[in-house]
Amino acid sequence: MVDISTAHEVAQPASFEFDAESNAAIETILKRYPPGRQASAVIPLLYVVQRQMKRQTDSAWVPLKGMDAVAARLGMAPIRVYEVASFYFMFNTKPIGRFHLQVCGTTPCWLRGSDEVFHACKDAAHVAGYGQTSEDGMFTLSEVECLGGCVNAPILQVDDDYYEDMDYERTVQLIEALRRGERPAPGSTIGRQTSAPEGGPQTLLDVPGE
Amino acid sequence: MAKVTVDGIEVEVPNGVSVLQACEAAGKEIPRFCYHERLSVAGNCRMCLVEVEKAPKPIASCAYPVADGMKVFTDSEMVRRARRGVMEFLLINHPLDCPICDQGGECDLQDQAMAYGLDKSRYLEEKRAVKDKYMGPLVKTIMTRCIQCTRCVRFATEVAGVPELGATNRGENMEIGTYVEKALTTELSGNLIDICPVGALTSRPYAFVSRPWELRKTDSIDVLDATGTNIRIDTRAGEVLRILPRTNDDVNEEWMADRGRFSFDGLKRRRLDRPWIKVDGRLRPASWSEALGAVAARLKGLPGERIGAVAGGLADAEAIVALKDLMGALGSRNLECRSDGAAIDASRRDFYTFNTGIAGIEEADALLIIGANPRLEAPVMNARIRKRVVAGGFPVGFIGPRGLDLTYAQDWLGEGGRTLRILAEGGHRFNEVLRAAKRPMLILGRGALTRPDGAAILAAAWKIAAENNMLQADWHGFNLLHQFGGQVAALDLGFVPPADGAAVSPATEALWLLGAEVDPAAIPAGAFVIYQGHHGEAVAARADVILPGAAYTEKDATWVNTEGRVQHGRLAVYPPGEAREDWKIIRAASELLGKRLPYDSLDAVRARLAEANPVFAGRGFAAHGCTDMTGPTGDVGALTEAGFAPAATNYWQAEPISRASDTMAECARVYGAAQVQLAAE
Ligand code: SF4
Ligand code: FES
Ligand code: FES
Repeated sequence: MVDISTAHEVAQPASFEFDAESNAAIETILKRYPPGRQASAVIPLLYVVQRQMKRQTDSAWVPLKGMDAVAARLGMAPIRVYEVASFYFMFNTKPIGRFHLQVCGTTPCWLRGSDEVFHACKDAAHVAGYGQTSEDGMFTLSEVECLGGCVNAPILQVDDDYYEDMDYERTVQLIEALRRGERPAPGSTIGRQTSAPEGGPQTLLDVPGE
Repeated sequence: MAKVTVDGIEVEVPNGVSVLQACEAAGKEIPRFCYHERLSVAGNCRMCLVEVEKAPKPIASCAYPVADGMKVFTDSEMVRRARRGVMEFLLINHPLDCPICDQGGECDLQDQAMAYGLDKSRYLEEKRAVKDKYMGPLVKTIMTRCIQCTRCVRFATEVAGVPELGATNRGENMEIGTYVEKALTTELSGNLIDICPVGALTSRPYAFVSRPWELRKTDSIDVLDATGTNIRIDTRAGEVLRILPRTNDDVNEEWMADRGRFSFDGLKRRRLDRPWIKVDGRLRPASWSEALGAVAARLKGLPGERIGAVAGGLADAEAIVALKDLMGALGSRNLECRSDGAAIDASRRDFYTFNTGIAGIEEADALLIIGANPRLEAPVMNARIRKRVVAGGFPVGFIGPRGLDLTYAQDWLGEGGRTLRILAEGGHRFNEVLRAAKRPMLILGRGALTRPDGAAILAAAWKIAAENNMLQADWHGFNLLHQFGGQVAALDLGFVPPADGAAVSPATEALWLLGAEVDPAAIPAGAFVIYQGHHGEAVAARADVILPGAAYTEKDATWVNTEGRVQHGRLAVYPPGEAREDWKIIRAASELLGKRLPYDSLDAVRARLAEANPVFAGRGFAAHGCTDMTGPTGDVGALTEAGFAPAATNYWQAEPISRASDTMAECARVYGAAQVQLAAE
């Protein structure tokens, strides 16, 4: 039986209040929308909640009270916020580990070896599978849909950062670095410049006058 | 207007209507699940697909506007195949549990699968299942059956005004529910059962009770509030099994309030189903002839001014006129139908009715609510007010307890008397709003008139109406909101004492209570009390004779709603035991008293009703204006400052029938604390 109404299963904090940093962020966000259209800010505000939880509890998730706080701030019915928060898998409706490993499993990444990345995550982070958190509370593993970085497939997203051109080895190295408390620079792990071809330019090599 | 051809039939429809509506205008039936006339268009079930000339694909007719010259086909091969396909998809995750489903026999999905579906299933994979949700004591959920049409979500948000239902998660995991477990906080929740096209939302009290084809259906009128909701009473073997609303656009559209819908189990409990008489201070069962004999023995020879009669809120017009005639024959004018103490002036009909009319609310452009809580006193009417508010340009001012959630935004003006006085004097900021409006109206709660300064409140409200443009030749914006279905008929029949009289006084030696709740302490110690009714509450214990009467489902009776709309209810089941229709009881008593009432058939009583007040000759409600500005008696100067206090009773248990109901007791328990209290019963 499918039952993903997780809200009832996890221990929810008794209250949630935006801190100063969140309030400042909200002020900037709300300015982007015309008066009377503040409800449009529901997605950015849910991110604000998730980030604040990360700051405060080291776990980036959106508790019910956080959704209620968003509803109150935007003058929406709470259920309208629940609908949005539960619709997008980017919002974690239950607590996660310190690092959120998000493996892209969509076709381009899959063709380029996302299964290897997945196995590396399982092995190095000691996570049983997708949707699980390691026993030490360090890592939560999720499968996500196309991250829009297919040129440098396969992609592993850690929290907000993309690590690109992954394979088994480099995934293991990355996870071990994270465990040590390091934060390797995001981007291509094979040194390619943004999304330029591997091994330097391949076209326009004979531009006259060069 | 746009000319549209549907299957070769040419129809002309207003621009902007949907193709589905055009098809209906052409008399073509379009299958649908998510579309509902009274809700916004969602366009998510795809069952309404039709073919439109030059369109490459079938289109969802409910969400597609017509265009001039459009050619629509509702029965082409393309349409048939499309419907079969949609139906097959809908059934993929729908359980095949019709034999144990309460919707069976009246299920849109079942019917449309029969008419438009495939004859067999090709789906062999696993079906999804969804956990049931808790939606309160009235609505039972089997969410695996949900086809996610979102009608319930839209009803809760748009009509009931309680945005608590939603569609959470997505794709295959999408679920309809409240996300956080809670009972829906609405007095209209039963309507979810009606609008859900499948068996996902069904009636909890009706679970596994009956099949629709086993039921006898009787059209009648709900009297548990004063809206006059048109209902259908479904019975089997002499038992009321459920009550559903009937469509009447002028009154309840197609909605119904929960108390009216679910209280009927109270009709089977704590009933007075045989006569009783008091012997040596104790009530003992008696026969009809004994009971009526005791009445006759006591009343005969008593001077009329020592006899009183009080009619309760659920009394029908036939019984009231019979009792009035009997009292007249006995020489008594001590009649009263306002046992709640409401200072109603019965001298003119527009002083005590909802003159604007319920449908008229939609034409109004400003509203002042005085000491009423329409959400609890008339939930269906409140939905109409909400509808008008949502349409825009409808300021609502409210005088009463602060912070009430009426399901729409209101401008809280003050607690009570003080604010009312300022408004009556014309010096309040809301006076500007009213004066600027073309069709302003006010709603005065009957409960507000039960205070000692009730007459002053009534006079003040009328003064506000008269001086703020509410009384026009073709518009009457003064409205009194009653609480129960029998209250207006009694006023129409003049069941009130003369100016210097009272139904109950220290001189009272005999008192006839027609389903009326009178404080036993107010009745003189030696007085002989006749209680006629269907539920014996506190006052029945004080009675010397109990005459068991019929409840509203058990008699052919005339009811007048708060608008003054005359409607006829019908007998759906016979009264239990030895209980009888009320006018017949009074008629029988008159015989023994030697004052035989001159009618012995329903037609004859109704003829007498029409003679007593011509409104009973017709049916329905006629829109009217106001040309006579003279107000009801009452001195605005006597207004006290006090706020309108909510009384102690709650919505779920406001009259004897719901107080005897287990379902309502459960509601009162569940909603108890959360429920805003009904303003003065
Ligand atoms: S519960 Fe019924 S009304 Fe609500 S979405 Fe499901 S099928 Fe539609
Ligand atoms: S498929 Fe993985 S980023 Fe697009
Ligand atoms: S009725 Fe048109 S899409 Fe559902």
